[in-house]
Amino acid sequence: MINVSNLIKKFGDFTAVDNISFNVDKGEIFAFLGPNGAGKSTTIKMLTTLLDPTSGKIEINGHSPQINKHEVRNSFGIVFQDPSLDDELTAYENMHFHAVLYKVPNTGLKERIKQLMEFVELWDKKDVLVKNFSGGMKRRLEIARSFLHHPKIIFLDEPTLGLDPQTRNHMWGYIQDLNKKEQTTVFFTTHYMEEADRVADRIAIIDQGRIVARGTADELKTQTGTQSLEDAFLQLTGHAIREEEASGADRMRGAFMRRGGRN
Amino acid sequence: MTTIYIMWLRQVKRYLRSKSRIIGSLGQPILYLFALGYGLGQVFARAGQGNYIEFLAPGIIGMSVLFTSMFNGVEMIWDRQFGFLKETLVAPVSRFNIMLGRVLGGATVATLQGLIVFVLSFAAGFRLQMHNPVLYFFLAIVFMFLIALLFTALGTAIASMLTDFQGFQLIMSFVIMPTYFLSGAIFPLVGLPKLMSFITRIDPLTYGVDGLRGALTASNHFALSLDFSILVILSLIILSAGSYLFSKIQI
Ligand SMILES: Nc1ncnc2c1ncn2[C@@H]1O[C@H](COP(=O)(O)OP(=O)(O)O)[C@@H](O)[C@H]1O
Ligand SMILES: [Mg+2]
Repeated sequence: MINVSNLIKKFGDFTAVDNISFNVDKGEIFAFLGPNGAGKSTTIKMLTTLLDPTSGKIEINGHSPQINKHEVRNSFGIVFQDPSLDDELTAYENMHFHAVLYKVPNTGLKERIKQLMEFVELWDKKDVLVKNFSGGMKRRLEIARSFLHHPKIIFLDEPTLGLDPQTRNHMWGYIQDLNKKEQTTVFFTTHYMEEADRVADRIAIIDQGRIVARGTADELKTQTGTQSLEDAFLQLTGHAIREEEASGADRMRGAFMRRGGRN
Repeated sequence: MTTIYIMWLRQVKRYLRSKSRIIGSLGQPILYLFALGYGLGQVFARAGQGNYIEFLAPGIIGMSVLFTSMFNGVEMIWDRQFGFLKETLVAPVSRFNIMLGRVLGGATVATLQGLIVFVLSFAAGFRLQMHNPVLYFFLAIVFMFLIALLFTALGTAIASMLTDFQGFQLIMSFVIMPTYFLSGAIFPLVGLPKLMSFITRIDPLTYGVDGLRGALTASNHFALSLDFSILVILSLIILSAGSYLFSKIQI
């Protein structure tokens, strides 16, 4: 369903994604784990037609995001890392807007929106402007929205960030359910290791733009001789704390140090 | 079609919901109408140019349409920073339709804003000078819409190239303000020094304001058909350039 080979993305001199290859099968739940700045979001942007790769090959549902943008866009739903709702529209209007853009048939649309919004417990807030929502509520609405048009693949970039354990549980229950029923392929990133451990069929760990390990959660634990996925992750990616969002200067410094380190 | 409509609807809804912005953006035109209208009225009359408010009102209407449409276009930087743009960019619809719906929505909003200023100008003493007010009122709306279309498209095209707000101040100082001041919105186009006369002629707003003057007070400097054609052709050119830039946006 997703095939990536030798994918590279450079921003100027800095290589954000450094020659990665992987594939995700239809109906699989795939976790893409890595510390901040590893290149996860950049990879998702390339998979979802938002960013052109420097080089490498991508296939989404049999199509190239660079050439057959339209077919690729028809294949997936996405929850971005950053918010992507219209604050000046109500929750329902945001859902409806999405339905129109994705040409979801009008018959049964109201019901479908209602069902999804009830699921994320926002139906009673359907006429509230999104700017009055809390961060968690916005997140739940985005998740509901990403499923609206029955996508074949769903990309979730840190979807559970800032959600309480109840909502997270609930959300994963729903995603797993859909994954079983509709064979939806799920590609997600998260910083909650126990989440990945529990739901992912397979995991790839990326650090500084390179995939450093891959396999099932158990395989990763065995590989590293650790007890938990968290320990395996720390062993693979080191204990140094990564900055959330590097400034331009930091980026350059980082790139410089990395180059120095390798030589 | 539906994409264009839903993008249009979104822009219009956002406008109608931000009451404070509507009221806030009326402050400037009111100030210009009254301060300039009363302040310079005497000088204008003494110079033998006639009634200044009659001359000024179409200019101020043009100004508010210009400001509102440029702002609406450039507002896309906000969408880009705060995320909503991504939702439209990954949708399986043509980017040209997204951009077109957005521009038409912004242009509608700016035209509404122009109409509000038009109504307000009556309070400042402005009166229509036409025998067939209904017909010419519609012609005035057409010119407001053309100004709005041109500058919303321009704002959107510029915003497609900018990734943050830092460029916004530059646009304000080097695009919006000169376009306004050099358009003949506040002074007549007759008897200008050569250089000045040339600059006013390459300012697209000149033709918009002139068209409005023709429609509202029958005091146009150029032929209305010339004003109209220039605005339509420029709008189409900018729209094409804008849609190219928009289609190339990477996040
Ligand atoms: N548009 C850009 N220009 C320059 N550098 C960028 C850009 N986008 C991301 N980066 C850099 O690329 C690296 C990977 O970023 P990202 O993919 O967002 O990481 P992650 O999602 O894994 O936290 C980071 O160092 C980030 O600062
Ligand atoms: Mg990220």
